[in-house]
Order: sequence, then structure tokens, then C-alpha cells
Amino acid sequence: MTTESIIWLLPLPPLLAFFLIVLFTNRNKALSHTIAVGAALLSWLGSMVVFFRALQVEHLGDHPFTSMVNWLPTAEEWFRVGVLVDPLSAVTLFFVAWTILMIFLYSVGYNNFGQPRGDHDRAGLPPHGATVLDEHGHAHRVPSIEPMYSRFFAFIGLFAFGMYTLVISDNLLTLFVGWEIMGLCSYLLIGFWYAKPSARAAMIKAFLTTRVGDVFMFLGIVYLYSATGTLNFREIFTEETLHTLATTASGFLGLSAAGLIGLLLFIGTVGKSAQFPLHTWLPDAMEGPTPVSAMIHAATMVSAGVYMVIRIFPLLSAGAEHGQLTTAMSVMSFIGAFTALFAATIALTQTDIKRVLAYSTSSQLGYMIAALGIGAYVAAAFHLVTHAFFKALLFLGSGSVIHGMEHGVLHTEGMAPGEGSVKTPGSALDEALPPPAHREHIDPQDMFNMGGLSRKMPLTFWTFLIGGFALSGFPLVTAGFWSKDEILADAFGHGHWLVFITLALAALLTAFYTMRQITLTFLGEPRTPAADHAQETRWTMTVPLVVLAFFAITAGWVGIPVTFPLLGGLSTHWFHEFVGSTLLEMPETLEFSIVPLLTSLVVALGGLYLGWLVYRQVPAGATDPLRARMGSLYTLLQNKYYIDELYDFLFVRPAKWLSDVFTYRWVDRGLIDGFLHTIAWALSGVGTLFRNWIDKPVVNGFGDLVGEAVKWIGRSFRFVQTGRVQQYMVMALVIAFGTLFYYLYFMLQR
Amino acid sequence: MTAVQIIFLLTAAVSLGAAIMVVTTRNLVHAALYLILTLFGVAVLFVLLNAGFFAVVQVVIYIGAISILMIFAIMLTRRVMQDIGPATNPGWWLSAILSVVLFGGLTWMLSSWSGFTTPLPAMPPGIEPLEQLGQALVSPQYYVLPFELASVLLLAALIGAITIAWEGR
Amino acid sequence: MISLSYFLVFAAALFSIGLYGVLARKNAVAILMGIELMLNAVNINLIAFWRFRTPEWIAGQAFALMVFAVAAAEVAVGLALVISIYRRRNTVAADEIDLLKW
Repeated sequence: MTTESIIWLLPLPPLLAFFLIVLFTNRNKALSHTIAVGAALLSWLGSMVVFFRALQVEHLGDHPFTSMVNWLPTAEEWFRVGVLVDPLSAVTLFFVAWTILMIFLYSVGYNNFGQPRGDHDRAGLPPHGATVLDEHGHAHRVPSIEPMYSRFFAFIGLFAFGMYTLVISDNLLTLFVGWEIMGLCSYLLIGFWYAKPSARAAMIKAFLTTRVGDVFMFLGIVYLYSATGTLNFREIFTEETLHTLATTASGFLGLSAAGLIGLLLFIGTVGKSAQFPLHTWLPDAMEGPTPVSAMIHAATMVSAGVYMVIRIFPLLSAGAEHGQLTTAMSVMSFIGAFTALFAATIALTQTDIKRVLAYSTSSQLGYMIAALGIGAYVAAAFHLVTHAFFKALLFLGSGSVIHGMEHGVLHTEGMAPGEGSVKTPGSALDEALPPPAHREHIDPQDMFNMGGLSRKMPLTFWTFLIGGFALSGFPLVTAGFWSKDEILADAFGHGHWLVFITLALAALLTAFYTMRQITLTFLGEPRTPAADHAQETRWTMTVPLVVLAFFAITAGWVGIPVTFPLLGGLSTHWFHEFVGSTLLEMPETLEFSIVPLLTSLVVALGGLYLGWLVYRQVPAGATDPLRARMGSLYTLLQNKYYIDELYDFLFVRPAKWLSDVFTYRWVDRGLIDGFLHTIAWALSGVGTLFRNWIDKPVVNGFGDLVGEAVKWIGRSFRFVQTGRVQQYMVMALVIAFGTLFYYLYFMLQR
Repeated sequence: MTAVQIIFLLTAAVSLGAAIMVVTTRNLVHAALYLILTLFGVAVLFVLLNAGFFAVVQVVIYIGAISILMIFAIMLTRRVMQDIGPATNPGWWLSAILSVVLFGGLTWMLSSWSGFTTPLPAMPPGIEPLEQLGQALVSPQYYVLPFELASVLLLAALIGAITIAWEGR
Repeated sequence: MISLSYFLVFAAALFSIGLYGVLARKNAVAILMGIELMLNAVNINLIAFWRFRTPEWIAGQAFALMVFAVAAAEVAVGLALVISIYRRRNTVAADEIDLLKW
């Protein structure tokens, strides 16, 4: 099979899996996940084939795999859609395929496949656990299987289809289609437990917020199409097209057409990749199941925003003089750097293990955006790849932690009332456990309820540690170090001091909150009985952790700069050569500088050490040690700078007022209804008039007259119907004789 | 006035008188007996008309079978039909007027017909009415089909009468 | 000399009397008797027309014979009906058998 055919077929298996599960196999959980994981495996296999074939092509940037078909007839020609795998798509395909496959596998374990049905579970709520009896008649609480197991796999299958479509698209339109399919899946999966009000609010928030970005992005696409007549990347990113776009004035704030289009598309990314000011949806999106957080909100979908910006980087940088940034790039570098620092500060104070990671994601995506803004797109792509691996790892690890904690929570709940007493099997199920509402609930996601998990869940601990160190940029061995260092080096080397300092500060905070998370979760002593009873999760969950941990270390080695001391000699600087060939002009290799390297080392190690120092001895029930030292700043951070409240005041409430008071009460009820009621009233009057003066007396009168007359005649003559045969005969004879006489009389007259 | 005329007038007077008694007398057994008398008169008239066979048939069927059947029916239904109350309907006078008008009309119509007073012709020689009738009834050129139909009718009436009068379970 | 008019007037009188019986009598058996009278009147007419008008043609007698058969059938079925009605309604008065009234 040719490589192009394989590329065309890549998105198909997950889509087929979606339809198969939704239409046919949704009753059978085992079959459903077999289909979904099998489809992910097929796509993974195809992606690997494509990736390794792409490696063997010389100058893939100049001769990428492309294939196009005519799709929509436009006025004179066809709108063509097709697939494109150039170096950027190839590396994206690589990490997308790996993370998707791992997360599909992980979902099997995460949704408790093989466990009994829950006692009180119902669709739309997370599983609450089931009660089982062992051979001694003791009741145990164990995790129960997700009630909507098959639906979950259908949704993530559809999501995978969207992501593959986006990656292999050779034009902005099909990219946008994949983009929106992922938006839909994000909405569906955040609200997967739709019976929880918080999940419902989060799903709507995520959908509406990303929609704001998507509308602007669509405007950008439309503008681009009207300006160039094509949406194909390779047709747009030619010298003359870019030059035309860069020199055409858009008539808006003095921007060139390229700048405006770039900015509009970038706003789409701001929404999708949760950049300030549209970042608020991502932490709330943690309401969804953890594999969803890992896949959609860390590894793939939010990365798609960055991927898209890297794709259109020639457009953004069009018209840049030597070393000079375009307006669009300046905006990007500002927003990216700001988000990186801003989100990192919020992450300092969060106690929910997944929310920390959510803000961390936002922050790391800000890194990439900032890197793009200063022109370091290879570094951005590099960080995109490494981040996808280690952030997916961290999310899956946190899911594993939560799972272990849930196990502990269920165990302690199950043990407490029934401990030590032997009960008969029948009553044990009914009496051993109070109903769920009366139990004291320990939040299994709160890091202050954990502690000491490294002994209970060693595999999870070590993989989480690797992921955390990668995120912090632990020197030399982890992937995060190399990619982050490259961004810093780029910022330093090109003289963008502000960006450099901001990102360095953010890196310090990143290392700090990562260590805070690791320390609170895994080190020290258990702070709750639930943490004491936590248990390692099963192989379907730990195997993906190990695989991703492998990549979290090794993925960085492909991008070691050749100029790096000692190690540079071993490196071929493969990533830079490979991805760099995507663009028209190859970015030049930076001279090595000791300043960013030292900065990296200091912030990473310093942050990690500080985090360990502050949190190594947090007793059970204690508050965050930072709270005392930071005071009101801590409250500000914990409340996320009150941005949600600000948006509520600025947008949500005015919108509600507009819809409820203005539109509904004034315009709809008052004006439109009033107008309609007046017309209705007048017409009703006319109708009454017709009815009382025409219909009733004339029409009904005539009808009634006929009916009444017939009735009257019938009543008058019914006396002849006596039922007596003799009377009938008499009458018949009278009439016969009368008629006869009449005729005879007239015959005689004649 | 010939003997035949005298016999006719006597017979006619007795028959009509008996017929009037049939329709007016209250006692139904008497009415049946008067009916037998009337039918006898009619049989005599058949004899006067050279139809001896019919006179015999009249006596055998009408008097012998039908009248007796009627007397049986009267006796079977007598229990409630006590001879109390009027024997006629309230509108009997209208019926009487109709009958008189019918009689008058018929007589008037017949009297205006030229053949009304046809004298009695002599029987044509060489004709035996009974033999002729017998042959006509079984001859395909004449009346074998009505004859067979009459037999079917009688069979149907026989079965029908049994079915109708059958005492339900 | 006897003429056709004698028989015709007699038959008309007998028919009228029978008609009166049919129309005026209450008892169903009596009504049947009236019908017998009328049928006899018809038979007299048939025989008389044969004798006076076409003595060489046997059609009149044949018709009369058919009337006999019909009369016998009529009486048999009529009386069966009377008895059947008597069983169900316990009456044979014609004016009380008025199920078909309004």
C-alpha cells in the first residue's frame, strides 16, 4: 500500500469504531472496548508506518507525502482537500498515535472493566463502588464499573478521528473540521457524568469559551480564502503568496492581511490551547474522567492549537525583517509568556491534583506560544512533542493516584462499620453499609488527603516522578529539560529579555509546584486512612504509564543541540534538522551560551528543592504552609485572580440580563407578544362578529332548519308506523283505490 | 228460472251467508265450521261448472285438511284467546267500507265488460276435461314445470312449517 | 239460463267478504280464514272463465290446481307462524304483534 493511501486511511478506524459502538455493540462492554482499542491500534500501526517511511525520505520538507481529491466545485475550479505529511505532521503523528493508543488502553482499566456493577450507580454519575461478599461473608467495598462504559469508548473514538483528521489535513478547512469535532468531543466528555451539575456547567463553559476563539478562527479562514483563493498550506506558503499577503493592508489597526489573518487564527488557538484570557475553561474541564483530561486536555486537543499555529507560522512571520518581530508575533510572545507565568502562579495554590496539572498545561502551552512568538518554532514543536508525552503521563499518573485513593476510600468506608463482626451474607449487604449520602466523604483528588503513596503505588510513583521531573526540566536526563532549555536559549540568543526572564520565572514556579505535588502525594506519611489503604492499579493502567515514562525521558534526546558541551558531540541534532525543513528557510543553529543553561539548571533544581523543603512535613489536617507566608496573595491565587468572577460580572450576567430581562421580558413578552396579542385580539373580535352575525344566524340557521324540518316531518308522520300489518294493508288499499279512482275518473273524462 | 239457476242462487246465498258469519262471529270454532259450510257451497258451484274433479279436491283438501288444521290451531291457541273483548279491530268500519267499495267497483267494472253475460256454452264434444288436465300437467309442452315447482313449494312449506313451529330447546 | 255474471258477482262478493275478514279480524287464525275465502273466490273465477270462455283449453283448471297447492302451503306455513308467535308472545292477536313500530 502506498504511503498516501495509508495516510488517507489513518482517521478511519476510530470513526468506524465510534459508529459500530454507538449503533451495534453498545450493550456489550467487552466488545465495545475491544473495537475501540483495536481501532486505536490500527491507526497507531498506520501512523508508525507513515512515520518511519517519512524518516527515510530525503528532504521530506521539500517532498512531503501529499494526495488531493476534488471536493467542492467552486465557480471555475475545484476546492481540493487532501492529506499532507511533512516533518511537522510526522512528528505530531508520532506522539498523537502513541498517546492515543496508551490512553485508550488506560481507559479500560480506569473505567473499572471487570468489576461488578455498582450498588447505586446510574448513568451520568461516576461509579460509586459496589459491595461484594468474600467467602467468609464479609462485605467489601470495591470499585464498580462505569455505567456508560461503551459510550465512553465511542466518544474517545470519535475524538481520535478528529485528531487524526486535523494532523493529516493539508488545508485549513479540514483542519478546522477536525478541530471542531474535537471541540464537540471535548464538550461531550467533560460532561460525561452529566448528572453532576458541576460537570454540566464545565461542559457548557468549555464549549462556549472555545467557541469564542473558533468564531475568530473561522473569520480568519474566510479572510484567508477570500484573499488567496485557497486554503492549502503548500499553496499559501509560497514566496509570492506570502509576500502579497504581507504587503496588502487589511485596513484594520494598520495590520497587513497576513498579520490580521494570523491574529484571527491565533485567537482560535487562544481558545483551544487555553491561553489567557480564554484559559478559564481548562481547569473546569477536569470534571471529566481522567483519561479524557489526559488525552483531550493535555496531550492532543490543546496541543492541536499550538500545532495549528506552528503550521501557519510562515503566515505569522511573513513580512518580518531580520530579527524584527511582526505584530502578530509580538502579541503571541506576550500572551504566551504571560500565560506561562500567570497559570504557573495559580497552580501553586491548587489542592486538586488534576487542577494543578490543568494550570500546568495552560502554562506549558504558553511556553510554546511564547517560543513561536519569538520565532523559535522548532523549539516550540520540540516542546509540543515532549510536553504531550510527559503531561499525558502526569495526567494518567494522577488518574492512577485517584484510582488508588478511591480504592482506599471504598475500603475504609466498607471496613469501618462492619469490622470484626461476622454477618450472615444476606444481611451483610443490606446492613453493613450506610447509604452513600450519610457517609463522610473523603475527596480522593485532594492532595492534602494523600501522602506516603510511594510505598503503596510504587510503579505509579516512579513514573509520576519521571513525568514530574520532565515537567520541571530536571537536567540532562529528562525530555522537558532539553525542550525547555531550547526555548530559553532561543529567547536569550535572540535578545528577547523580557520573554526570557518571564519564562525562567515560570520555570522556577513550575519546578516548585511540581515538587509540591509529588511531595504531598507520594512522600511523607499517609494523612488519611484512605491513603493508607490505597492500592496499586492494574496493568491496563500501569503499562501506559511505563510506556509514556519511556518517552518522557527519551523524547528529549533527539533534540540535543550539537553545540551543547560534551553531549553535543553525540547528538546529530536530528529534530532540528528534520522539523526545521518544514519551512522555506531553515532556521540557523544558535551559538551555545552558558547563561540560559545555567538559568535552566538553577530554576529547575532550585524549584524542586524549594518544593521539597516546604512540603516535606505536612501533617494530617494542616493547611498549606504557603498560606501563612503569602497571606492575601495566596487567597488571590487560590481564587485564580477572580477571573471567573470577573467574567461572570462582565459577560455572563449581562448576557443573562440581556436574555432574561431585555430580550425575554421587554422585547419578547412586551413588544412582540404585545403586538401579536393586539392583532390576535382584533382578529378575535372580527371572528366573534362573523360568528354572531353570519355564521350562527345564517349558516347554522339554514342547517338547523333543514335538520329540524326533517325531524318535524318524521315526528309528525311516525304514527303511521304502528307495526300492525292490518293497518298497513288498509292504508295501502285506501291509497290504491284512491289512485285507481282518480285515473279511471280522468280516463272517463277523456 | 231454471233448476240450475235455483240451485245456484240457493247455494250462493248459503255460501255468502256462511262467509259473512265466518268473518263476524266471535267464536272461532264456529267460524271454522261456517268456513266448512262456505267451502261446501263453493264445491257445489264447481259441480255446476262441470268441474267435478275440483269439487272433490275442494272437499278433500280444503274441508278435509285445511279446515281441520285450522281447528287444531284454534284449539292450540285457545287458552289466551278467550272470547272476550271485541273480535275486530277498532278500524273495522273502514275495512267494511273498503270491502263494499271493492265489491261495487268490481261489479261495476265487470258489468261494463261485453263478455259479462256470456251464456253457458255446451261442452265441446269429445273432450274429457279431467283426462285433458292430467295430460297437461305431465306434458313437457304444457305444465309439467309449474307442476314440479308446486311440488317443490309444498315440500318447502312442509319443512318450513316444521322448522318454524318446532319447539325451541 | 245461467250466465257468467252469476259466478263473477258471487266471486266478487266472496272476495270482498274475505278481504273484510283479513282487514278487520283480530285473531290471526281468523285472518287466515279470510285469506282462504279470497283464494276460493279466485278459484271460482278461474273455473268459471274456463267453463264459459275456453272450455276446450285446459289452462284455467291447471291454474286453479296451482292455487290449491299454494293455498295448502300458505295455510301450513301461516299456522306454523301463528303457533310460533303464540309460544313466544303468548298471543295471536294481530294488533298486539307490533314489533316493527317506531
